[in-house]
Amino acid sequence: MSGPRPSFAAAFEAVFTGQLARARAGAIPIFMAATVQSVGLIVLLKGLVDTSSDVTEQSVVAGSSVTVVSFVALNLLAQRFGALKASGALDYFGALPVSPAALVTATAAAWALFTVPGSILVAVGGAVFYGLPLGAVWVIVPVVVLAGIALAGLGALLGLAAPRQEIATVAGQLGMAAVMFLGLVPAHRLPEVVQGVRAVVPSTYAVDAFAAALKSSPRWSTVGADLGVCVGVCVLALAASAWAFRRAVTSR
Amino acid sequence: MTAGELHEVTPDVAGAVPAQPVLAYRVAGLTKAYRAKSGAVLASAGIDLEIRAGEVFGLLGPNGAGKTTLVRQLIGLLRPDAGRIELFGNDVVARPRVVPDHVAYLPQDDAALADLTPSSAIETTARLRGLSKAAARATRDELIEELALAPFARRPIGKLSGGQRRLASFGATLAGDRPVLVLDEPTTGLDPNARRAVWSALERRRLANGVTVVLVTHNVLEAETVLDRVAIIDHGRVIASDTPGRLKALVDRDVRLELAWRDEPPADDPLVASLRANAIERGRRWSVRLDADHARAALGQLTSGPLFEALDDFTLTTPSLEDVYLALGGASDDLERA
Repeated sequence: MSGPRPSFAAAFEAVFTGQLARARAGAIPIFMAATVQSVGLIVLLKGLVDTSSDVTEQSVVAGSSVTVVSFVALNLLAQRFGALKASGALDYFGALPVSPAALVTATAAAWALFTVPGSILVAVGGAVFYGLPLGAVWVIVPVVVLAGIALAGLGALLGLAAPRQEIATVAGQLGMAAVMFLGLVPAHRLPEVVQGVRAVVPSTYAVDAFAAALKSSPRWSTVGADLGVCVGVCVLALAASAWAFRRAVTSR
Repeated sequence: MTAGELHEVTPDVAGAVPAQPVLAYRVAGLTKAYRAKSGAVLASAGIDLEIRAGEVFGLLGPNGAGKTTLVRQLIGLLRPDAGRIELFGNDVVARPRVVPDHVAYLPQDDAALADLTPSSAIETTARLRGLSKAAARATRDELIEELALAPFARRPIGKLSGGQRRLASFGATLAGDRPVLVLDEPTTGLDPNARRAVWSALERRRLANGVTVVLVTHNVLEAETVLDRVAIIDHGRVIASDTPGRLKALVDRDVRLELAWRDEPPADDPLVASLRANAIERGRRWSVRLDADHARAALGQLTSGPLFEALDDFTLTTPSLEDVYLALGGASDDLERA
């Protein structure tokens, strides 16, 4: 008397493909908003800050690139889930035989994918603009994927856990502002307290990995370690958002 | 299922043990409270229900009666404070994840599907109910044909009219062939053709596969025409549960007199005063339930005396499920009749 359930892979694929329709619906505005902001940061900061320091230039380019990711994955996804939760639309997913883990992982992966064009544009364009070495600029690809999934997981968590839609929106924007601020400013210039905050913000390791890759001779152990932390953050963020999904559906 | 079967036990093949109808849902003592500013509000106040496999069972009640809260508990999305829910014998409260294996749910809100086209919404939903890619595509094509979705099957659902959106979401609910369909106001915003398409699709599944339909509605006419049995819900309680025919028999001595006044009727007239005391007033339209003899007498006076000048139109109708609802103590006047 019962119907079948999809495997994790089948559910992932179906949700992922479904989410890509979101990109078709709003690809150009999302790309423009996310990218123009970071291009603006790169150009503005060239005129404002002491760019004689390599560290600063790398921070600006890496921070701006990850800001693109946070705009879409963290900010917009928090808003999206906040709106779905507020309208009761999560019931559609809640009543399907799909694990919350498959649902949030596929959603996070799709939204991470949305950030790829803008981030690569900002990363490569920024490195060229500041005259940084391009030999390891490809590191932006794993950085975007991992930061995208991690930040999308956190965006989903914020949107699902927020008690009201407006709070989800504000939380997404504050999260993006934190990623931008802590990513752009080089660690050694931050006050000690803020350095502590920086150390626990998940995007930090994505920024550091990419900044390290923009050095003339990258230390690959640093890049690898930072990316490793990103993987761990992805797992934690997805686990937390899967929990938040189940709770958001059943506590209404 | 017919009314006569309601309390009957039918001998089984061996003739010794009476066979009970197979139950899709058995609900007992279901209680769910919400915190509100005024204190705890009981959204489900001790609900008992039995829904048989293969029947179209309705939950009828005004907005805010607790229908959606009840339904969300039935599909395991909301945990009751107390009580039992069994779905084909499975304990839904203890194991809510068993529900999606048996039940497809059409929620009131379709925002989750807004970016998808009807075509991809049906295919995606079919995949998420465990169908292979090929089977999901075949299901998609069949449902587009069956529900006549083709003219708008490739436009995003968010850009369709309310009725088209509803029909597309209904199509997604049918994907994956679950034995129980729980539909929250499925025909809201649908034109008569689309309504017929919905009822035909449900009837086909019932005849072919014995599908059980649990239907939430606040439309009296819909309840009377498509339901095998109906539970009338008010303030989180089931105030009556039976076939529409039997429920209407509770008030079959009554008729409903609908009056439309041309001008304000004279308030000091004793007949006007007595009618007004029992009337639901919508501007100058009054709707009064009264027993047939009184109705006849009242109409005689209205149409022969000076009150006739003030009267624009009148109709006399047999009682509806709304009259049952009102006779059993229901107080809301937002049940739909059209």
